[in-house]
Amino acid sequence: MSTFILLTITGLGLGAMYFLIASGLSLIYGLMGVLNFAHGAFLTVGAYATWWTSTHVGGGPGTKLLVGAIVGLAVGALLAALVELVLIRPLYERHIEQVLVTVGLALVLGALVEAIWGFDARQFPVPDWLIDTTTIFGANIPNDRFLEIATAVLVFLGLTAFLRYTRYGLIVRAGVENRAMVTALGIDVRKSFTLVFAIGGLAAALAGVLSGVYFGAVDPGRGTSLLIFAFIVVVIGGFGSIGGTAIAAVVVGLVQQYANYYASSGLGDLAVVLLLALVLLARPGGLAPKVAH
Amino acid sequence: MGRRAVALAIPFVLLAVLAVVPTLPLNIPVVFAGPLDSPGTLGLLALCLLFAGIALTYDLLFGFTGLLSFGHALYFAIGVYVMAIALTRWEWSLWQAVAITAAVGIVVPLLLGAVSLRVGGIAFAMVTLAFAQAGQVLVQKNPDGLTGGEEGLGLNSDPLPDFFVGVLNAKYLYWLALGYAAFVFLVVRFAVSSSPGHVWQAIRENERRVEVIGLRPFGFKLIAFVLASFLATLGGIVWLIVVGTGASPQVTTANFTLTLLVMVVIGGAGTRYGALLGGFLYTLLDLRLGSFAGSAQVQDLPTVIRTPLSEPLFILGTLFILLVFFVPGGLAGFGRRLRVLRRSAGLNRGGLNGAQP
Repeated sequence: MSTFILLTITGLGLGAMYFLIASGLSLIYGLMGVLNFAHGAFLTVGAYATWWTSTHVGGGPGTKLLVGAIVGLAVGALLAALVELVLIRPLYERHIEQVLVTVGLALVLGALVEAIWGFDARQFPVPDWLIDTTTIFGANIPNDRFLEIATAVLVFLGLTAFLRYTRYGLIVRAGVENRAMVTALGIDVRKSFTLVFAIGGLAAALAGVLSGVYFGAVDPGRGTSLLIFAFIVVVIGGFGSIGGTAIAAVVVGLVQQYANYYASSGLGDLAVVLLLALVLLARPGGLAPKVAH
Repeated sequence: MGRRAVALAIPFVLLAVLAVVPTLPLNIPVVFAGPLDSPGTLGLLALCLLFAGIALTYDLLFGFTGLLSFGHALYFAIGVYVMAIALTRWEWSLWQAVAITAAVGIVVPLLLGAVSLRVGGIAFAMVTLAFAQAGQVLVQKNPDGLTGGEEGLGLNSDPLPDFFVGVLNAKYLYWLALGYAAFVFLVVRFAVSSSPGHVWQAIRENERRVEVIGLRPFGFKLIAFVLASFLATLGGIVWLIVVGTGASPQVTTANFTLTLLVMVVIGGAGTRYGALLGGFLYTLLDLRLGSFAGSAQVQDLPTVIRTPLSEPLFILGTLFILLVFFVPGGLAGFGRRLRVLRRSAGLNRGGLNGAQP
């Protein structure tokens, strides 16, 4: 029983990271039709910015992590907004070219990180209270899992509130449903493109920080490996739906953990791909219809 | 000689020129480290030709049928790994190993293609990516010690014919790679101009319209998918023999597929020569930029400039983005534009002189 609880909470923690990456991907795709391959690079750059800052400020690991995370998130959001303005916007409505540019950008940013900081993993500052465990029903659970889950829940609530109760959220929701109509009504949808990109970059950088805490280190390949699972989450959840993405992220995280433990180590990833194939055979459109709510 | 005859003759002339390269003691400074007939240069050229062929198999999917797959690495890796396992672990003969690899190279894309082609566009891209990821995980998991995991799998070269083994036989490996590229070129040329080939291009242009005509795109897309994957599997076999050291998990990664995409786009998607050229140039740059970064001129530059230049992928990625922005249609499109420019210039001159061109 205690193993089951540990697996469940770890799976939820993993799902939380998938959600943070996938929510940005899903919104960007839903609104603009851009499959953003550079999203993993936003994560990696955010994580490296956090690590780099933390090595340049004093104080305990908690302070280092906090200051680093603030800088990392800002860098992630700025980078994403810049990418949208400089690289995506000129290729407006040319979806294949936009995908190609993000592919190129993913390669360039990955190579740049490798060139500057090398292939080796960098130790992340993790305060002791995150490494300590809390006992729940006899299961010793590392505290960082709770941090991941809480952050993802907050981001989920924040995004939902933003989409539902603000004017910009209204434009984004309307844009996902029918962009041409929103433009015809005289609203500049492009402003919300930059905004959605910045939010996506912020969430990806947040996932980068949390993955650094989860794994205790950051390496250049981190973004790409998490991105692939985020893609799976987006497909299963249905494009453009935050709720669908959240459910899919939880399911994928849990399936991965359970399969890794109960079947065989390493089988979790295969189980997730199998799940994707099953969902596609049953419901080619994903679990949720394309509506941002 | 008519225009058609010239177009037909070009591949044969090109093939003949490329075939005599291993006998030329020419020195091309900067581009190659040694003369053309030296084993090092021939090995490099063999890889360039091999990837020219593999880029063309990807172009069959992406450029001619409009299927954006992010999992092409999987089928290349099948060629590499099944072949290496059959030769090294099971110690089969060359032909048995080729037969089993070819069989797997048809059955797996048939199954996975049938599932992933249920969705189109971007979802298809992500699903193929996921399947390729499963392949990567499988290789890294190292079931029964078959794949060698992270370490890769060494190659037992005993079943190979003697002339394919060793550095001194680089020219035979070169001819093998050239033969592969020529074979892929012929198959793609035949396939694209066959009647399913015309449907592929129609699907690329407008899938809905193909449906309205009364054809079912699914079957045609599946044929393209299986053919391209099978050719990539053959490429994997050739790669294993040309490289000669064994299978490496590098060929299973998503980045490997991305580099194929970059090659095709650099050369020009939907053109045979473009894809060949893109694959060739990309591989050449990828392998030679490393020595460029190590050269004295670059070492003297300030760190801010030197560090990014030390990564071939940084330069190639930047080049790729610039090409997507400024030269839509890749290098082949560039050539076409030049021809159009020249023709319009010629027409103007003809008009001024009153003479018919």
